[in-house]
Amino acid sequence: MATIVVKRPKLKWWEKLYLPALIGGIGVTIRHFVRTLTGRTKVTMQYPEEKWNDHLPEWYRGAPALVTDEQDRERCVACQLCEFICPPRAITITPEEIASDDKWAKVEKRPREFEIDMIRCIYCGLCEEVCPEQAIFLRQEYAITGTSRAEMVHDKKKLYEIGGKRVGLVNKWNALK
Amino acid sequence: MPPIASIDLASLAISTAKIIGLVFLVIMPMVAYSVWAERRVSAAIQDRVGPNRVGWAGLLQPMADGLKFILKEDFTPGHVRKGYYWLAPALTMIPSLLTCAVLPFGSRLFGEKMVIADLDVGPLFVFAIASLSVYGIVLAGWASNSKYPFFGSVRSSSQMISYEIALGLSIIPLLMIHGELNLGRLVQEQAVNGWALLPLWGESLSLKGFVLAIPVFVSFLIFTTSIFAETNRLPFDLPECETELVAGYHTEYSSMKFALFFLGEYAAMIIGSGLAVTLFLGGWSLPFGWLAPESTTAEVPLWHGLVHIGAFFAKVIVFIVFFIWVRWCLPRFRYDQLMRLGWVWFFEIALANIALTAILLAIFK
Repeated sequence: MATIVVKRPKLKWWEKLYLPALIGGIGVTIRHFVRTLTGRTKVTMQYPEEKWNDHLPEWYRGAPALVTDEQDRERCVACQLCEFICPPRAITITPEEIASDDKWAKVEKRPREFEIDMIRCIYCGLCEEVCPEQAIFLRQEYAITGTSRAEMVHDKKKLYEIGGKRVGLVNKWNALK
Repeated sequence: MPPIASIDLASLAISTAKIIGLVFLVIMPMVAYSVWAERRVSAAIQDRVGPNRVGWAGLLQPMADGLKFILKEDFTPGHVRKGYYWLAPALTMIPSLLTCAVLPFGSRLFGEKMVIADLDVGPLFVFAIASLSVYGIVLAGWASNSKYPFFGSVRSSSQMISYEIALGLSIIPLLMIHGELNLGRLVQEQAVNGWALLPLWGESLSLKGFVLAIPVFVSFLIFTTSIFAETNRLPFDLPECETELVAGYHTEYSSMKFALFFLGEYAAMIIGSGLAVTLFLGGWSLPFGWLAPESTTAEVPLWHGLVHIGAFFAKVIVFIVFFIWVRWCLPRFRYDQLMRLGWVWFFEIALANIALTAILLAIFK
C-alpha cells in the first residue's frame, strides 16, 4: 500500500516544556533584529533613490537605441533588417534618400523616421544582432515609462538621445566620404 | 469620605483635561505609532526595511493610513445584522480606552494626581472592563452572518474563558504582598520599597523581599502570557488567525470599521502594557528610589512630575516593543493547546503560586 507512516518524534521532557524552543526563538529574532539595525543584513535597494545603474552587467539588455559614430553620422542606413526580424514588430522605419550634396551622399539611405514601440519591445536583442551597420544597440536604460501609448513610442530623436555617440566601431563608409 | 454630590466645575474641568490629555493626546497617537513601530520592528526582524516612504523614516505613515481608512468605501454586506454589525467595532475599541482611567501615569503635576480615576479597586476595574472587549469580537462574528467570522468569534470566547481565570489569579500574590488594590498607592509603595520584579532597594532589600520575588516572577509570567491572549496577539491570535480563517472575526469589515478593530487591538496592547508596568515594574517610579515622593499625598516638584510621566511611558514603550518582538518568535497555538495551557497549566500554577505566597508571607511575617 502506498502509505507513509509518519513517526512522531518522541520529545524529551525539556522539549515538551516549550521553554528552550522559546528562548531559542527569541535568540534568532533578536539576532536578525540587531543585524538589520546595524546594517549587517543586506536589505532591499531603495529603488527610486538608488538606481540599478552601477550594478548592471555590461551585457545588460535594456532599451534598444540608435548610435552615431565619431563624425556624428547616423550609422543606420535604413536597411530595415531589424524591422523585419523584430519578433513583436515593435520597429517601424521610414527610409529616405540622402541628398546628393551631403557629405555622406554615397551612403545607401538613412531613416527619415525610426520608431520603436516600447510597449511591444521584448528586449530580445535580435535587432542588435542582425544589424549589419552596428547602428542599433541595447543600452542600459531600463526605466522606460510614459503616461500614454504615444509617449511609449520612441522616435528617432529619443533613440539617438539614449544611444549617443559610440566610438571604436567599424567605419566602412569612411572610404566613400 | 466626601459626599458623592460634591462634583464641582473645577474638578470636572480637571478630569476632562486629564481625559483629553491622556486618551486623545497620548494613547491615540501611541496607538497610531505602535502600528508604525510594529511594522518597522517586524521588518527589521525579518531582514526587511518596512514603511519608510511617508515622512522621515516613514513617521507620517500612520497619518497616511488613517486618511486612507477614512477615504475607503465603508461597505456593509447585505447579509449582516446591521445593528450588531455597527456596534461591534465600537465595543472592541471603547473598553480598551476605558481601562486607562485607573492607570496612574505619573505622580503629581500642578498638585493633581496623574490618574483619571483614583479608584480603590484598580485591577478589578481593569479586568471587568477589559473582558467586555471580547463581546465586540463575538458580536462581530455573530453579526457578520458568515462562517469564518463565526469561527473566529467562537474561538475568541473559548479563548477568553481559558485565560481570564489565570489572569485574575495571577495578580493575587501581588495584592497579598502589598495589601493594596489602589494602583496609585501600589506604585508609590514600589517607588519607595523596590519594584515587584526588582526588589533591590528600600524595605524589599531583605531576605523577605528576595524570597517573595519568586512568586511575583511566576505571577509576572502568567500575567504577561494572559495579557497576550487578552489582546489577541500572537501566539494567541486565534480569533484572527489569517492562515485559517481569512481574517477571522473582522473578515466582513472594511474601511474605518476594520480600522477600529485593528486599533482596538493596539489600544488593548498599550493598556495591557501599562497595567503590567504598573503592577510589576514600578509604574511611573524610577529605579532605586530616585526622585521618589514621600507619599501619595506629598507634593512633588514640577520636573519630578514630568520625569515620572516620561518614565511611565518609556516603560510602556519598552513593553510594547516586547509584545511586537514576541510576535515573531513564537508560532500560533492551536486552540486546544491554548485551552490546555490556560486550564491545565496556568490555572494550577496560579493557584499554587497563591498558596506559596501565603506560606511565604506566614513564614516571613
